Amino acid sequence: MSNTAISVTDLSKKYGDQVAVSHATFEVPLGTICGFVGPNGSGKTTTMRMLLGLITPTGGTGEILGESIKHPEKYLPRVGAMIEGPAFYPALSGKENLNVLATLGGFSTDRVQGLLEQVGLGDRGKSKFKTYSLGMKQRLGIAAALLPNPKLLMLDEPTNGLDPEGIQEVRALLRSLANNGTSVFVSSHLLSELELISDYLVMLRKGEVVFTGKMTDLMLAQQPVIIAKSNSDGDLVKLMAIAQGAGHTATIRDGAVHVQGPAEWAQVFNQAAFDAGVTLSQLTPQLPNLEETFFEMTGDK
Amino acid sequence: MWNVAFAELRKLRRPTLFFGTMGAVVFFSALFSSLLFILIDSPQGNSDRGRMVGREVLGLATGGVQGFTSVGGFLGIIALCVFAAQTAQEYTYGTLRNLLVRQPGRLRILLGKFVAMKLFALVMIVLSAVVSVSASVILAPGAKVNTDLWFGSDGRHAMFTSFINITISVIGFGTIGMVLGLLLRSPISAISLGVLWLLIVENLLIAVKNSWQNWLPGSQLSAIASGGTASGPVSGSIEYSHALLVGGIYVAIGAAIASFLFVRRDVAN
Repeated sequence: MSNTAISVTDLSKKYGDQVAVSHATFEVPLGTICGFVGPNGSGKTTTMRMLLGLITPTGGTGEILGESIKHPEKYLPRVGAMIEGPAFYPALSGKENLNVLATLGGFSTDRVQGLLEQVGLGDRGKSKFKTYSLGMKQRLGIAAALLPNPKLLMLDEPTNGLDPEGIQEVRALLRSLANNGTSVFVSSHLLSELELISDYLVMLRKGEVVFTGKMTDLMLAQQPVIIAKSNSDGDLVKLMAIAQGAGHTATIRDGAVHVQGPAEWAQVFNQAAFDAGVTLSQLTPQLPNLEETFFEMTGDK
Repeated sequence: MWNVAFAELRKLRRPTLFFGTMGAVVFFSALFSSLLFILIDSPQGNSDRGRMVGREVLGLATGGVQGFTSVGGFLGIIALCVFAAQTAQEYTYGTLRNLLVRQPGRLRILLGKFVAMKLFALVMIVLSAVVSVSASVILAPGAKVNTDLWFGSDGRHAMFTSFINITISVIGFGTIGMVLGLLLRSPISAISLGVLWLLIVENLLIAVKNSWQNWLPGSQLSAIASGGTASGPVSGSIEYSHALLVGGIYVAIGAAIASFLFVRRDVAN
């Protein structure tokens, strides 16, 4: 039996001359939370749609839970998904919306109330969907995705519209599902959100996979960064020159110099700046977060 | 397929849709049948387009279902609207992707929806038949219409035949609504186009050239509802077998094209 939840090779989708996804190749191990990261329009949703059989790839192959994506009927009963936001019938209650999907999928409607309670909508199940806030709609979408008691859960931007408490709850829910053996494939353009919960990462940019692997591998691949600020903008150029002169990669971003180098070098940098007549207003060694790592890898500013 | 049908019935039974539609069916069925008897002596006529249906005709075995037959075309329009809206709303709400994730067999989705909507249409037709015939029975004595033949074997046969014809017609109209919903992917566009075509465009075309009524889809389905004796706005009639054949071809071709597109088209909204 395959030990991957998702495995795609050269998966591509073109709309006319426009390439939405280009030769995407990656694997998601079973039982992990895999973050699917990329800016808006990078092809995340298109990839998820291909994996769910909603759109036909123009090239490449893929497998979900060991079954070819050409036969979604073989794996979708074991997959829960929420793609591109929650979509339900506005005139039906949240509970009745879930009943529709449960009936459609051949699942017991007895599960519905429990799922509503699991996502914090236990007391609002009888309210019409159109009266829900965006956060409540997202929660209902997650409940719908959990209907089949999925082996693989695919969620597209599930924390959109949630307040900080709701985001924490979703993170905890995903972690608990993963701990119980569910593989989670979750997308977000907010990279910092996935950094906290992902075991594994697939990073996408302009339809191309720019990184795939363990979260820890990505962080290890990156050098720590020293962020230096001065009260004078002209001094930032001097600071960058000092760092580059010492053999470090340095860039000016957001009114600060970002220097790749170990935390221990900060002391040397501080002394060199002082010798050059530059007074630092801030000098902070730090490990890059996922967002900074992504920008470094993709070259975006 | 049955899971899809049962899921669809959950949507169709929501009170605003169900009672709203059935309310309209009751109102218009009662109205069409009542006017036949209330306006029986009116020089302006007592049936659609000012036709006069006298006591002799209403006293025949088919008299009891005259009102039901008159309202048949209207039931078709209602079915077209319901089928179109229920199909196209999956695109506008974005719920089609949920359906396809839970039931990836696209033809099964179509068939299940069709079966559920057909059941909904059947409830409409039965209700309309009960209301129309009841109104006729209640109002006939006051209009001095003899009802002796209505409940004989010929009367029962006429009732059964009308029920079958109206069912075929309503399902034909509904299928056209479903096809429009699948093609246009917007309830407003699908309903507008369908209703405008059936109520205005076809009548204009027939007014320009009367023989066109033999080839237009709405005319064929209306003719099936009335057993093939529907008069056009100017003159003439359509044979039942002709209407069944031409109407069937329209519905079959439309359904085949829409099904093909539904199965092959990417779901990108």
